[in-house]
Amino acid sequence: MPHEVWITGLGLVSALGEGRAAHRAAFAAGTPSPLDAVSHAPFALHPAPVLELDRQIPKKGDQRQMEPWQRLGTYAAGLALDDAGARALAPEMDLIVAAGGGERDLALDEAVLTALAPLPPAEAALRLNEMLANGLRPTLFLAQLSNLLAGNISIVHGVTGASRTFMGEEQAGADAVRVAAARVAEGRSPAALVGGAFAAARWDVLLLYHSGGLLRRGASFAPVFARGNAPGAIPGTLAAFLVLESADLARGRGARGLARIEGMACEQARRDGTDTSLAAARRAAARLDLPDGPLVVISGATGMAGPAGAESVFLAGLDRAITLRAAGNRFGWGVEASFPASLAMAALALAYAKLPAPLDATEAPFDGAPEKILVTGFGAWRGEALALLGRIPEESQP
Amino acid sequence: MSDLDPAFHDHAGRPIVVVTGIGLVTPLGFGTEANWAALLAGTSGIRRITRFPTAHLRTTIAGTVDLPEEADGPMLTSSERVGRMAALAAEEALAQAGLGATGGFPGPLMLGMPPVEVEWPHRFDLAARVEGEPRYKGLTEAATGLESLFGTACFGGVGERLAQRFGTLGAPIAITTACATGASAIQLGVEAIQRGETEAAIAIGADGTVQPEALIRFSLLSALSTRNDDPARAPRPFEKTRDGFIMSEGAACLVLESLAHARARGAVVLGRVRGCGEKSDSFHRTRSNPDGGAIIKAMRNAIADAGLTPADISYVNAHGTSTPENDKMETLGLRAVFGEQVPPISSNKSMIGHTLSASGAIEAAFSLLTLRDQMLPPTINHVEPDPAIGLDVVPNFSRAAKVTNVLSNSFGFGGQNVCLVLSGETV
Repeated sequence: MPHEVWITGLGLVSALGEGRAAHRAAFAAGTPSPLDAVSHAPFALHPAPVLELDRQIPKKGDQRQMEPWQRLGTYAAGLALDDAGARALAPEMDLIVAAGGGERDLALDEAVLTALAPLPPAEAALRLNEMLANGLRPTLFLAQLSNLLAGNISIVHGVTGASRTFMGEEQAGADAVRVAAARVAEGRSPAALVGGAFAAARWDVLLLYHSGGLLRRGASFAPVFARGNAPGAIPGTLAAFLVLESADLARGRGARGLARIEGMACEQARRDGTDTSLAAARRAAARLDLPDGPLVVISGATGMAGPAGAESVFLAGLDRAITLRAAGNRFGWGVEASFPASLAMAALALAYAKLPAPLDATEAPFDGAPEKILVTGFGAWRGEALALLGRIPEESQP
Repeated sequence: MSDLDPAFHDHAGRPIVVVTGIGLVTPLGFGTEANWAALLAGTSGIRRITRFPTAHLRTTIAGTVDLPEEADGPMLTSSERVGRMAALAAEEALAQAGLGATGGFPGPLMLGMPPVEVEWPHRFDLAARVEGEPRYKGLTEAATGLESLFGTACFGGVGERLAQRFGTLGAPIAITTACATGASAIQLGVEAIQRGETEAAIAIGADGTVQPEALIRFSLLSALSTRNDDPARAPRPFEKTRDGFIMSEGAACLVLESLAHARARGAVVLGRVRGCGEKSDSFHRTRSNPDGGAIIKAMRNAIADAGLTPADISYVNAHGTSTPENDKMETLGLRAVFGEQVPPISSNKSMIGHTLSASGAIEAAFSLLTLRDQMLPPTINHVEPDPAIGLDVVPNFSRAAKVTNVLSNSFGFGGQNVCLVLSGETV
């Protein structure tokens, strides 16, 4: 890599709160993430914190043009720019978003189904046109459209370099960071704002993920590697944006880096027996320059049994002492936001020389200052992503 | 850069990226040659929608691809249509390239596609399983175990199935940049080859969202033509009476390779992706800044990335949606970039409509054929010139021309602007 790539800012919103300080405090205290077991029972979820949207999306008109996940993502993107002190870079900054979608007008959908489901299909089709034409709000299309999170970040925060929106659940979040980092590393772009957002408390998205068998049933929390006979993800409202930039740019403008990205690799196993998650993760690991000796791992495990099992075998196969922290034990499952959030967690641990306090037996105590952290992303359905982050030596900081 | 072979590297020392396979599906037909012949003949692919009832719709016309799978049954959902058309285009392109046709492609998949979701046929199926009022909670319970629904409606599903089928390497990337999506997919593939991550990549743009709700949503934005009584004459890019775009669907696939890789295996080179440029706009969700700054910058970035100047561009494959706004702003941008010497431009959308996520890839494919045959496709339905445009839009009839470099424009909602420079020369 001709340019060293630093993470110089992060915008993190989860059930634990918002921003760098709130998350550092919660990680250090081992605070359990709030759980809402009622609103979408039988599925529990980690709810959104209360946000003062005006602080990052000052115009009410802009807020009205967005549905919840666009607002959440636009808010977190602004937090990241402020955290990096990078507002002045925005006009030339890359913007790569891992998009959610699937948000609907739930009341309209239910009204349509109540009225039309009993009718013969041909008649229902005619009435569907009528009900949608009269019932859909004109602004709703853009407020729900996947690439309009990026569009709103451009409008609200003035980020107007390359703009790309990736789709594909957790893997989209990982590939978004990988491509953003690659563009900065090759000198094609000076800096990038990259991340994703996920609003958990929505039946429309829960319907989709539950159809794939991805959600844990039940009112209780259990650690992601210990979900036993009730496996599956506990969705959590989550937004994570990172500011990436070349070390030279950061030093030149006096911005401290939290961590440097030393490598990223994304694979996607078919998971059909011919191509397993384990094999895919090993292919990815072969592209990273993993250090010798004990390793700190921040895992993106979702709580799904299959990928969690594959990840455990993969980590054991690294044949060394592993100190594990699971991002999902703190954030829940944030789909597209998951990998960027795991990277944010790793960056904080490297910047402040402190791992989050253990939350369960799989998370061994660790009092040292991590030098490198391996971040994993075994997706609930597909995707095996790895990143290696390193501490930035004090003499390299501005 | 002294150790780089100049025959295989561009002005910036990057591997030269060429196209060795093209696949096309549009309302004009299946296959590259059928499409190209129809396009040069000025054929319209726009017709009355028959796939679903159009009562209560303000627009009742579209470009539609009749898939054989739908001949005797219900229409496929958008996600299924996208996957099917993408696969058809990829099969053709890979066969032509003679690369990876046996299910083991030596590079990644870059898939431009629309967002997909649970659709009305799925919701009605779920509602039929619910006792009592069909509320979302009950619908969700009814979805228990329907893994095929998840595979159809999740964002990663289409790419996963294509990756499985064509044996691409690594994780497939699905990208959406609204109406610039197809160009963005090509750009991702070009960049991966330029960075040396891979020697080859499959780039696809595909869309299949001609269904009632999508049509209504675009109608509510007042983006669509309502010239329902004369479908073939409805899209009128750059014409005075243009009144909106016409939704359409289709797919294009380009097999991208480094020139060195293509030469080493003796592949026929069809053309070169010489430059890519993008610039996003922060002005408004659906409109360009009136100064045209972002679209001007996107065009200039692409031309500079190609190592060229505006005078080197022989023809522009315009975005040309047929909305009053786009065509006015694109003209303003072209005048800013090219001054008094705007080269001939034309809009494929006058014949195939706006294929949305596919259009950037479809138009890049047609740009390569323009270079191959030295023939400019027309802008049809050019009846009453718009005095505010005043450009050579290759009105109504294709014509021969010397074409060396083509600029292909794609501008999308959300301020997404991507331009490509395609070239017939490989050096």
